[in-house]
Amino acid sequence: MASTSVSAETRRGLIRDALGIGIATGAYALSFGAISTAAGLSLLQTCALSVLMFTGASQFALVGVVGAGGSVWAGAATAALLGSRNALYGVRLSSLLDRSGWKRAAAAHFVIDETTAMAIARDTVAESRLAFWATGLAIFTLWNLGTLIGALATHALPDPKALGFDAAPPAAFLALLAPRLRAREPMAVALGAGVVALVCLPFVPSGVPLLIVAVLVAIFGVVRSRG
Amino acid sequence: MMWAGVLVACAGCYLLKLAGLSLPAAVLQDPRVQRTVPLVPVALLAALIATQTFSTGHHLVVDVRTAALVVAIGLVLLRAPFLVVVAGAAATAALLRLL
Repeated sequence: MASTSVSAETRRGLIRDALGIGIATGAYALSFGAISTAAGLSLLQTCALSVLMFTGASQFALVGVVGAGGSVWAGAATAALLGSRNALYGVRLSSLLDRSGWKRAAAAHFVIDETTAMAIARDTVAESRLAFWATGLAIFTLWNLGTLIGALATHALPDPKALGFDAAPPAAFLALLAPRLRAREPMAVALGAGVVALVCLPFVPSGVPLLIVAVLVAIFGVVRSRG
Repeated sequence: MMWAGVLVACAGCYLLKLAGLSLPAAVLQDPRVQRTVPLVPVALLAALIATQTFSTGHHLVVDVRTAALVVAIGLVLLRAPFLVVVAGAAATAALLRLL
């Protein structure tokens, strides 16, 4: 293993950071488990999303669309569109991670915001790899544990809407959106997208406003990149 | 139907992650891709916030969820942790419904 060249001190620091991020995302998974269950997904479906999809914003989007009365296919399309950013993370990680077949296939599952941020912030390839895997394993474990606890707790509630669970998904989306709004362009894109979605909502099937927004932002991005 | 949608979405998200590690870097480093892809989550998250706060079915409405969103915005500006933002919004809606 290349990670043998990481000093014991650096290794301890990396693992401590990974656990810290894992605990924070585990707390956030509690709300995913709760929102998914309140949206009408079964315990098994909720847990399957955290094990198999394992990318937070996409998971929240799928259960948010279903909970608001949209079809699961509209939710699935929105989840995949939100997952497209993970493909860009791969470009920055592919030089740091193993290129060999099965290791790359396993690593791909862990390519998310947090593991990318932790891996690219390191000085050496060995440290990057250790940071990637330690963060990935810590988050995967605690994300799934948090989901299960949140789902079980919500399962026991008689009327989730009385507890305001329908107001929870927009707050979750807002918390995910806020760190991406640090410049003027994303701010304008966010406002425009919200307005467009509301304007077309009365006239098209549920979930379709999101797809219209996705198409428009793609056109906007391509036109802007021409200069 | 729900299961099919869940599993297809999971497969799609995994394939996107794998594509990033597998495709030639030139494809994903294309300026059009680099410029557009980061804007997609911004637009979709904003559209999700708007539609799930201000609509019921196909009708535009303003109800307790608007107040919940205002509270969430305040908590985000105060840099509150994720769980506090979500719980604060839910508690606001629940309390206003009790009134």
